[in-house]
Amino acid sequence: MEWAKDNIRANAIAPGLILTPLAKTVSDFHRWNPYVTGTSVLGLKYKDGIILAADMGGSYGSTLRYKSVERLKPIGKHTILGASGEISDFQEILRYLDELIIYDLMWDDGNSLGPKEVHSYLNRVMYNRRNKFNPLWNSLVVGGVKNGQKYLGMVGMIGTHYEDNHVATGFGNHLARPIMRAEWHEDMSFEDAVKLLEKCLLVLLYRDRSAINKFQIAKITKDGVTISEPYALKTFWGFSAFQNPSKGAEGSW
Amino acid sequence: MALRGDWVYENNGGTCVAIAGLDYCVVAADTRLSVGYSIHTRDYSKICKLADKCVLASSGFQGDMKALQKNLAAKHLIYQHQHNKQMSCPAMARLLSNTLYYKRFFPYYTFNILGGLDSEGKGCVYTYDAVGSYERVGYSCQGTGGALIMPVLDNQLKSPSPLLLPTRDAVTPLSESEAVDLVKDVFASATERDIYTGDKLEIIVVNAAGIRQEFLDLRKD
Repeated sequence: MEWAKDNIRANAIAPGLILTPLAKTVSDFHRWNPYVTGTSVLGLKYKDGIILAADMGGSYGSTLRYKSVERLKPIGKHTILGASGEISDFQEILRYLDELIIYDLMWDDGNSLGPKEVHSYLNRVMYNRRNKFNPLWNSLVVGGVKNGQKYLGMVGMIGTHYEDNHVATGFGNHLARPIMRAEWHEDMSFEDAVKLLEKCLLVLLYRDRSAINKFQIAKITKDGVTISEPYALKTFWGFSAFQNPSKGAEGSW
Repeated sequence: MALRGDWVYENNGGTCVAIAGLDYCVVAADTRLSVGYSIHTRDYSKICKLADKCVLASSGFQGDMKALQKNLAAKHLIYQHQHNKQMSCPAMARLLSNTLYYKRFFPYYTFNILGGLDSEGKGCVYTYDAVGSYERVGYSCQGTGGALIMPVLDNQLKSPSPLLLPTRDAVTPLSESEAVDLVKDVFASATERDIYTGDKLEIIVVNAAGIRQEFLDLRKD
């Protein structure tokens, strides 16, 4: 029971951390639990390209530990990447991608990696790490435009991946996707797309406790990537359900 | 080995059906990709064309599904370079079995049906479990809706008992269009009761003329 003794050490590093036969050492333990996490990322196709949206929170368990985490990043010339899940793993992924893009650039043959290639690469990385039982604790959204082709895809922690006209990770898949399914259409203008995403972000802000009111929206078109400055949405807490949430569900005493 | 967690797998659902006739083979699968009570996408193709007369339909864990398809496609590319021809369906069937068994102790969590035409041009269907046991049959189904569909196929297609001697041909007596209609009906029915099956049905028909694809909308709820 060598691992049981390590519990003292483990507990000093992260309160509440308990070692088991599955996670024998502190570094093993990292494989099963995320530390600082980001919540949902949303993405959709619109008339001229792809828009991604995410808030800037970084949660340490249920504590909102970081409030300026950039979770939307440009990758090469044609791609943007959004991440939810473990922030450190995301930053590791960004290092992989930097290397990938630089090595690709060094050929100097005029070719460049598009969103499709980046999506495929990320899938192989995620799937390979799960095969080693040491996953990267993220759900990733990949969007981009190359040769006039729009591309939007997502990759999960264990290598599940797909493309769609709109995607959302985590809570977003429960709360935002139904709104997007109802309101999304092929030739949305940029303004309509932003309006739709902000509606989704607001719902998430109200119902996802890890969500914070500080967002970034990233846009990619054939002309390149634009990532917005952080901004907040106007909230309205006067809904009757918010005023007296336990109305109609009172206890018997 | 016993310490491996269950988090490495996910069931993304889906149902596959294949029916072999005298000179055709129908392979079909729905296009829903879900996990638990959530739907990831309503438009994910589970069918993969491996050779000119050989298609694979899989369900289970999507990550493994795609890895398996890419693995087989790569092996088939090497085969083409070495033999300057397309792999036959029975050969592909054995290759798939070996590929699955190769990962016997960390399996691909996939449930596959391989369909196509054999070297005589007769329809063939091969059905598998996750670790590579396989059998040539006249029709089969796999996946989350499999248990709902299989008895209907048994009832409608009545393949001769494998215990009969000499062995009878397993191909179904239906015509191509009858088989396609049957596939549409069984999927419409499975969609009513299986939450992992729905959205859209992709049907591939392989015959002497080549490969034909068609779609049918299924319930989206």
